Order: sequence, then structure tokens, then C-alpha cells
Amino acid sequence: MSSLRRSFGYLRPYARESVFAVILLGLVVTAELSIPRLVQVIIDEGVAKQDMDVILRTSLLMIGASLLSALFMIGNTILAIRASRGFEADLRGALFKKIQTFSFGNLDNYTVGQMLTRLTSDLNQVRLIITMSLRMFTRMPLTFIGSITLMWVTNPRLSLIMVVLLPITLLLVTAFVKIAQPLFTKVQERVDYLNQVLQENLTGIRVVKAFVRMDHEAGRFEGANEELFRTSLKVNRLLSVFMPFIMVLLNLGTVAVLYYGGIQVFTGVASVGQIMAFINYLSSAMFSVIALGAMAGQISAAEASAKRINQVLDEVPEVMEKPDAMTLDNVTGRVVFDDVSFTYGNDGGAPVLTNINFVAEPGTTLAILGATGSGKSSLVNLIPRFYDATGGRVTIDGLDVRGVSLESLRSQVGISLQESILFSGTVRDNIRYGRPDASEEEVVEAAKAAQAHEFITGFPDGYDTVVGQRGVNLSGGQKQRIAIARAILMKPKVLILDDSTSSVDVETEAKIEEELRRLMKDSTNFVIAQRISTVLKADKILVLENGSVAAEGDHATLMETSPIYRDIYESQLGGGVAQ
Amino acid sequence: MSNNKDQQGEPREQPRLMQHGPGRMGAVEKAKDPRGALRRLMGYLGVYGGRIALAVALTTVSTLLTLAGPYLIGVAIDQYVIPRDWDGLFMISLVLVGVYVLAGATDMVVGWVMAAVSQRSLKDMRRDLFEHVQTLSLGFFDRTQSGDLMSRLTNDIDAIGAVLSQSVAEVTRSSLIIVGVIVAMFILKPWLALASLFVFPIMIVLTAVVGKRARSGFRALQQSMGRLNGVMQETITGQRAVIAFGQQESANRKFGSANADVKALGTKAETLAMLVPPLMGILGNANIAIVAGVGSWMTLQGLATIGTISVFIAYSRRFAEPLRNFSTLYNSLQSALAGAERVFEVLDTEPEIEDDPEAVPVERFRGEVEFRDVDFSYVSGVPVLKRVSFRAEPGQRIAIVGPTGAGKTTMVNILSRFYDIQGGSIAVDGRDIREYKKNDLRRQLGAVLQDVFLFSGSVMDNIRYGRLDATDEEVVEAARLANADGFIRRLPQGYETELSERGSNLSQGQRQLLSIARAIVADPSILILDEATSSVDTRTEVQIQEALKRLMEGRTSFVIAHRLSTIRNADTVLVINKGEIVERGTHEELLAARGFYYRLYMSQFKGTSGGPEFERIIDEPAPAKPQMGGGMGMGGPNPGRMMEMAEAFLKAGAVSPDTAKTPEELGLPPQFRNMVARMSQGPFLEHSGSYYVSEEKLKQMRERSGM
Repeated sequence: MSSLRRSFGYLRPYARESVFAVILLGLVVTAELSIPRLVQVIIDEGVAKQDMDVILRTSLLMIGASLLSALFMIGNTILAIRASRGFEADLRGALFKKIQTFSFGNLDNYTVGQMLTRLTSDLNQVRLIITMSLRMFTRMPLTFIGSITLMWVTNPRLSLIMVVLLPITLLLVTAFVKIAQPLFTKVQERVDYLNQVLQENLTGIRVVKAFVRMDHEAGRFEGANEELFRTSLKVNRLLSVFMPFIMVLLNLGTVAVLYYGGIQVFTGVASVGQIMAFINYLSSAMFSVIALGAMAGQISAAEASAKRINQVLDEVPEVMEKPDAMTLDNVTGRVVFDDVSFTYGNDGGAPVLTNINFVAEPGTTLAILGATGSGKSSLVNLIPRFYDATGGRVTIDGLDVRGVSLESLRSQVGISLQESILFSGTVRDNIRYGRPDASEEEVVEAAKAAQAHEFITGFPDGYDTVVGQRGVNLSGGQKQRIAIARAILMKPKVLILDDSTSSVDVETEAKIEEELRRLMKDSTNFVIAQRISTVLKADKILVLENGSVAAEGDHATLMETSPIYRDIYESQLGGGVAQ
Repeated sequence: MSNNKDQQGEPREQPRLMQHGPGRMGAVEKAKDPRGALRRLMGYLGVYGGRIALAVALTTVSTLLTLAGPYLIGVAIDQYVIPRDWDGLFMISLVLVGVYVLAGATDMVVGWVMAAVSQRSLKDMRRDLFEHVQTLSLGFFDRTQSGDLMSRLTNDIDAIGAVLSQSVAEVTRSSLIIVGVIVAMFILKPWLALASLFVFPIMIVLTAVVGKRARSGFRALQQSMGRLNGVMQETITGQRAVIAFGQQESANRKFGSANADVKALGTKAETLAMLVPPLMGILGNANIAIVAGVGSWMTLQGLATIGTISVFIAYSRRFAEPLRNFSTLYNSLQSALAGAERVFEVLDTEPEIEDDPEAVPVERFRGEVEFRDVDFSYVSGVPVLKRVSFRAEPGQRIAIVGPTGAGKTTMVNILSRFYDIQGGSIAVDGRDIREYKKNDLRRQLGAVLQDVFLFSGSVMDNIRYGRLDATDEEVVEAARLANADGFIRRLPQGYETELSERGSNLSQGQRQLLSIARAIVADPSILILDEATSSVDTRTEVQIQEALKRLMEGRTSFVIAHRLSTIRNADTVLVINKGEIVERGTHEELLAARGFYYRLYMSQFKGTSGGPEFERIIDEPAPAKPQMGGGMGMGGPNPGRMMEMAEAFLKAGAVSPDTAKTPEELGLPPQFRNMVARMSQGPFLEHSGSYYVSEEKLKQMRERSGM
């Protein structure tokens, strides 16, 4: 419950609404519980004593009470929903803002799906609990206490029936929750497993078909299906027995009230009206217990959701600006790696980079080559501080990147990420993403350099073409070129192309390189590539193997000195032929 | 499950509102042809007709019993309590106990039976759907997003399940209560019945009006929710770009306005929707007041009794519940039918190409493959393969090269008959592949694809996926041949190690080795390999190459090649461009031809400042290839290539020291110099940094190589 309690903190701005909502609930319950009492009056004082005045007056009172209870309830609804929706928006805002402070290391802890689940269905679960707290959760105990009290007031001796009935009901409800809760969890597990089998099957359908394993898959699915069936059947049967059982219990209580009440009527201790009122209070009390039991499941679901939400809220941004961070300004872009080591996460996993040393001079291009997982991307990610080095230091113009403000650092470092991410919007918006104030000429210039201008102007809407889910589908190579244009437009002092031309054909790639040499001649350029053709012309090539620099030098030198480089060179006929 | 359900009104309201969460929030989706969908859905229940009839009959009994309860209480008050008849009271109490216990028992039986019926039919539906999906063509999977398909198999089935499990019993019960209560009231006291029932039309109209407004509110909310979800999804998916370009502030702004919209619209729509229960409540309570007031007055006039009042109060309370049930049920039925329609849509998709009824079964192919004038397109009008013809002898290695999108994967798809071709023919062992049983054909085709797909399960299971009846020993042997045995044994539980989803606990190279082992177990006669483009570390690379070599041994193999060594070792290289085979031959022949392949190859190294590749083509002996009889396998300079270069000299007239030209002038790469320096008896001679070709030496060479 502690996770939910923390979530409730976000209700504070709506404290007034919440308090009033609860007060109104108290009034609702009072008004509602007065009705059986009034029925009693009308029967005992009106009908029994043949007093038309009492009948009329009491009837009006009852209508008044029901009107009032409805009004209070409407008020409560309005307030409760305003509070819970406000709560939801605030908590979602807090989550989203938190995510915006994340660095790459924090992002690594979650999949996109997990983060979205927290922002949507988890949040929804918690909101429902908030709404319910301001309504049912408060109302049911109030109704219960009120009914019990009124039973006592109406007829203390008949109330003894409750002494028998109530413990049994409580026991049953608790037992049910205890038995049902693990079963619900089990059903959820079975559903998850079924989904997993399904997901695997759909993703691997090509393999399934190629190996002619449809029957095997059907068997696997049927196994999962059967298990889900058995468990859900159990839950459904439990429910189908439990509810009638409780109802029988309630009804037996009613019969008991009728019988003992009737005897009391014989002896003049009770009145007919009392019995009628008592029967009503009895069912109110019983139902509030059942309703609370039924909601218990939702509370534990919401607790789990709240826990997941809190997990995100508790993330500490791995990369943080120092309070006295300097502004990185007027730099030449000389990048130095000084004995840099790096490990993902803080759990002391295997180091990804060890003792990296190199200097990248302004106006030169440094290429990084290596197998998948050799640490190429990790290396360049340290420059704009997407991650922080765990040992040694990375400097730009002699300033440790950890000592300068993130904004100034990242505005000097342009990067085109391995996976080109475009946002919905026009092509122009996407190119201008890092510099929304860039002029049209600058956009076109960047697009031309990235060899994107031609295909963009080939679209009917040119730079106004909408990309993204509802827009045109760009090919991988086109996306990469737009991403490059976006990085160029930043006019960065340090430009990083992280495997950014893997889907671009070799000739276009060569043109991009040529343009970049012209346009970015004052910058320090980093190029990561799988294809050796991409790195041939670099001023310096770093060959990474298992996180260390295995060789360093230009193409000619490396061909002579580095066996690894020669290996890579020779094993690749490269993209031109093979892509 | 009957008494005083209106008390439960609100908790029951909650699950319904939960549907209005993000994603499926809002107005209920409607089926296009609700009747048709309903009829087919009923078909699934039809199998359980007997049990359903039993459930309906028992529901009728229990409903009538439940309605009898309040009536008997009324009778008890009038005839035994007020007249002080102890014995009578005792008797009727006993009867009441019997009635209630019996009602509860029948309810239990109904629930028990219906739980089985609904869960079983859901299971049937899931199974049918899954098995049907297995028969669909790859084209279907190309067209359909797997997320969409998932949702049909899960969410839609769940929606149907929700209705199936409650509807039959609920509809019966609710209708019976409504009819029963009205009839009973009118039989008892028609005037009191009128007084008591007149609020219900108001209730219905009010609910409808508020409900309608709430629905339009939810529609608006759904739209803004969609926008918000869009912003969140996009931002978080692209979070790394947001960070890289420092756009967190603008992301927050965009989110903030969408979030505020949802808050405003959500408050409005939900408030309206949540007003319905209190409105029902007011009328319910007011109704009790009316019944109590009018009933009391009538009792004073001798027209009614106290017992009647109690019966009427109980009945009016019960009347609201079935009404509310109907509206809930109607909504869930709507979404269930919409879901059912989507499920049926999948079920109605035609399965992939059926086997010819006269298809011949086949145990094993020799492995002769012939494409004759094959035309193919995924979408009509956009040809992917055009008049592709080639022939592979048993045991040959065919390398397929070409730019991206050239149609290489397509060749694999049509050979496996994942798609049927539109023109020409594909024959294996001299017989058209359409004449074989599809599954036999596929069993004989082994594929090792670039994206290795591993299922959750043990390593053993994953290798055995190639042939389910393989023994443990066979699996281990295959792993050994695939060079996978070593790393598998180093895993925590060896062959029994469970692979996590998609094998993410293995490296890329290890996954490739597993998929090779899988293919070895399957023991196909024809192999299709899609070589990995990305590089793995050198040692693994060597292991993979070795394993592939063993795998290809004795099988006809098609390799979508990315490695120079693979291409060199191929018997034939097919160069595909824009769906056509533009060139074919061995690597050396193709280079010598100076055509498309040559350009493709050279474009890679254009402008290289020094490098051995260019020389190597000329100098290095091509690896020996037994199948080819070693025609090109001799040592020394590659004569074909050399002839071509000589050709360039001849064309430029560089045949003497006076007419010597630099390599640059001839369009040859600078490393031509190194090459000449390393050649002991080539036809090229140097003259102060320029070169010319000796016609005499050229002639000797021609004779020697027989060209």
C-alpha cells in the first residue's frame, strides 16, 4: 500500500475538492439511510395509527431525502472527478517531465512499451482507485457503520442476528479474496504466457513455415490455451458459487429478521415498520461488505501499478549538470579521450570501453571501425554526454564535458544516431528539429549536403511533405539522409555520424562525404561505419575490438600494421556488392 | 445473484468505466453487420445447446423463486405477523428458507454450467483462430501488422468472452424480472403498480439523454486521448533524439497542452457518465417514497395492506437493476460483435496456396534446381523478378549478389512456395515445384536467415526445432558440427539453458551458430543462406564460416552473399539488379567481364589510396574449387583481368617508352604501380613513372592462357 499512498500525494492540490467530496458522501449516506427509517415511521405512525397527516408529511420527507441524496451525490461526482482527473493529469505530467530528464542510461532501463504502459494503463489504474476512494471506498464503510448503528437503534435485540451473520460474511469475503486473488494472478500469468506463444509464433512465422512446424506450433498454443481455460474456468466457477452463496446468506438473514421480528411483534416489543426498516438496513450493511471485498482486487492491481509508476519517478538522471557548469562557447572542437573507460549501468558489469586514448583535431575526420558490440557507439555517446565515462575524461578544447552545461555542449555536438528517428510533422520540421529558427536557405543547404534535397523535392509537397505514421513512408536510406541533414543544420563544432549511411548506397554515400568535407571543414568529424568503404578516406581510423583501440592510423598505415584491419578489409566485399 | 442488486449499482459501474481508459476510451464501437456476427457467434455456442437450454431453464426457476421471496414476506406480514399467527409465521419462514436456498442452488448450477460453456467456446475460438492463422500465406503477414493480429487474438476474444460468460443467463434473468415484476405488481394492485412504475419511463429517458451526451463527450475525449498518446509514444520512442537535440522543453510543451486537453475533456465526459447512477438513485429512492406514501394512503382506505407495501418496495428496488443491466449488456454486446467481426475477418481469410490434389510426396531431393523464365510480383504491376532463368546442379553453390531490393529474398520466397510465381516455372529434380506437396518441399529446403529467430525454450528445443524427432545425441552432434557445442556447454545449464525472449541472452554470432545447428538437424537437401551483413568478432566469424561450409557440404546451396570469400567459393555467382539476372559466372569471370558486377565491386574501392584488394584480384591464386575442375584455379596473375588492363593500354596507344602513360591517365588506380613492381613477368613495363604494354609479352601470355 505504500506505493499507492505516495501516489495519493498528488491529490494534494485537490485537497479541497477531495475533502468536500467526502463530506458530501457522508451527507448522501445519511439521507439514504433515513429512508428506511421514514418507511418505518409511515407504517408505524401513519398506517398503524391511521394518521393521514403523518403519511403525507413522511412521504414528502422521503422525497426530500431522496432529492437531497441525489444532489449530494451529484456534487460528490463533480468534485471527485475533477480531483481524480486533475490528479491524473498532474501525475502524468510528473512522469513525462521526469522522463524528459532521463539520460540514455535511464532509458536503457525501460523499453518504450514499458514507459508508455506506465503513462497510460498504470496511471489509469491508479486514477480509478482515486476516483473510487472519493466515492465507493468511503461510501461503503460509511453505509456499513450507519446501517449497523441504525439497526441497533431500531431494534437492539434483532441486531444480534448480525452478530452471527456478519462474522460469517466477513470470513467468506476474506476467504474468497484470499482464494481468488492468487487465481486472478494465475489467470494473468496464463494470459501472458499465451500471448508470448502467440507473439513468438507471429514474429517467427517465416521460420515456422520454413521448417513446416505448424502442427508443433498448434500443439504449443493448445497447451497454453488449455491451461488458460482451466484456470479461468476455476475462477469463473468460484465466482459462480460465491455470489449466490452470499445472497443465500443475506436472504436467510432476512428470514431470520422476519421470524424473530414477527415474534417480537407478537410480544409487542417491535413493530411491523421496524421489521421492514431492519430488513433494508440488513441488506445495505451486507452489500457494503461484499462491494468492499469485490474492490480488494482492484486495490492490489493499483498498488502494483503505483509501484511501477514510482519506479520511473525515482529514477535519478544518470547524467546531471554541475551546479557551476560553464558554457561551452567559441570552441574549435578538439576532442580528446584521456584514458577513458566505460561500463553500462552501475552494477559493475563487463566494461564496454577500456583505456581509450586519442585526439581528434578540428578539421579532420576520425573514423571508428569494429565489429558489432565492440563499443563504437558507446564511445561517441560519451562526447555529448549521453552517458558519462566511468573512468578517465573526455574533453572538448581542454574542458571536461562533465563540467559544461548540457545545453551548450549538445548545441556544439551534432549527432546522427544509429537508428534514425523522425518525428511526425513535415520534412522541414524534421530537419529543423534541433534549430527551429533556421532559415529556409539553411534547411535546403543541409538537405543538399545530405543528398536529401533531390528526393525531397521529388515529393509532391516537397519540404512540406508530412512524414510519420500518417505521412509518406520513407525508405531507410531517406530517413538516414534527413537525420544527417538535421545534424548538419546544427552547424556543430563536432559532428558525429553513427552508422548513419548504412542504408544509403555507396555512390550517394561518397557524395555525402564529399559535401561534408566541404561544409564541415572546420569541424571535428566522427564517422562510425560497418562498411569499410565509408572509412577509407578518414584522416584517422580507430579500430575497436572488445572495447579497446586495437589499431589507429590512416588506411594505408593500417593496411600495413594492423592484421585486424586487414582481416576486416578482406572479409568485406562490402556494401557495394553485397548490400 | 439476485436480491437487491441496485445496492451494487456503483461497483458494477466501475469495470464499465475502465473501458474508457486510454486506448479504448469512448463511444462503443459498432459492428458493420451486427446480425451476421451475432449469428456466427451463436454458432460457437450452438455446440453447447443442451447446456445452454439447461441454464436458461434453471435461470427461469431461480428468477421466479427470487421474485417469490418478497411476495411471501408480504404475505407473512399481512397474514401471520399482524394477526399474530406463530405457527403460520414459522411455516412461512421455513418455506422462505427453502425458496431462497433453492434459488441460490439453481444460481450456482447456472453459473457453474455457463462458466464452462463460455470458457470452452472461448478456447475453441482461440484455437480455431490460431490454427487458421498458421495456414495463412506470408502475404497475409506482410499486409497485417503483428500487433493488430495479436489484438484480434487477445482483446477481441476477451470482449467476446465478457459477453458470452454473462449474456445468456443475464438476458434471461433480466427479461424475466422485468416481465415478472410488472405482471406481479399489476395482479396485486394495479393502481399502486401504475404509481410505482411511472418513474421508470422518466428514468429511461433521462439515462438515454445523459448517456448520449456522455458518449459524445467520450468521443471528444477519445480524440484528445489519441493525440496525447501520439505525443507520448512519439516522444518516448524518439527520446534519444530529443536528448541529442536538447528538445526536452519543446517536448514538455507539446505534452502539456495535450495533457491539459485530456484533463478538461475527461472531467467533462466522465462527470456526465457518472451522473447516471445518482440520477437512477434519486428516482429509485423517490419511487420508494411514492410507494410508501400512496400505499399507506391506500391501506388507510382499505385498498391495500402493509404487506403489499413491503412487496412493492422490494419489487421497485429490483426493477432498476435489469434495466441497467440491459444498457451495460447492450454496450458490451456491441463491442463484442465488433470484435467478433474482426475475428471472423481473419477466419475468413483464404489459406495460402493449396496443394495440387495430385501432388506427389517426396522424401528427398537430389537437389537440382531450375528457374525457367520466372516472373514474379508481390503487388500486381510491380514486377520484382523478370524472366529469371538459371540452373543449379546437385551440390552446387550459387551466390546471389546485387544491390538492396534487387529481389534476392524473393528468390528464396518463391522457391519455398511462400508465394506462387506468375510466369515461368521452377523445377526441382526436373519436376515443377507446384507438383510437390508444399510441406514436403519446405521440409527439404533449409533456410538460415540473417535475423535468427529463437523461441523461448531450452537450447535443445531450439535446435530440435529443425526436426522434432531428433534424438538428444543428434542435436548435440549437429551443434558440434555447427561449432555451437563449445559455447552451449559453457552456458549455465548447457543444452537445458532456457533462452529468454528472442534469445537476447546470446550474442549475435552465437545465435547464428544455433540456427546453423538447427538447419543441420533438419538435414535438408537444398539450402538457402542469407549471410549476415554486420560483422561479428573475428573468431566467431571464422567459426560461422567453418560451420556453414560443413552445412553446405553435399547440398545444393543458394547464398545471398555478403562476404568475398563466399562469393569466391561459389560455383556460380548470379548478379541480380532490378529483378533481372544481369550477369552470371564465377567471381573472376565476372570481374574480367568488366560489367555491372565489376562496377559494383569497384565502386566500393573507388579512390582508395593504396590497398591490396585491387592487386589481389590479379595476383592471388583463386582458391581451388574441385567441382569446377580448377579452370581458373592456377597460380600467378589473373590473365583475364590482365588482358583487360592491357586492352586499356592498347586503346590509349601506350605500347612503347615514348607513348608511356601514367595509371591515372589510363583511369587505373594508383596501386597499379605496386602491382607492376610485384610482377615478375607481366606485359607492363615502366618508363620514368609511366607505363606501357609490351605487345610481344602480351602475345606470349595470350598463347599461354589460350585466350
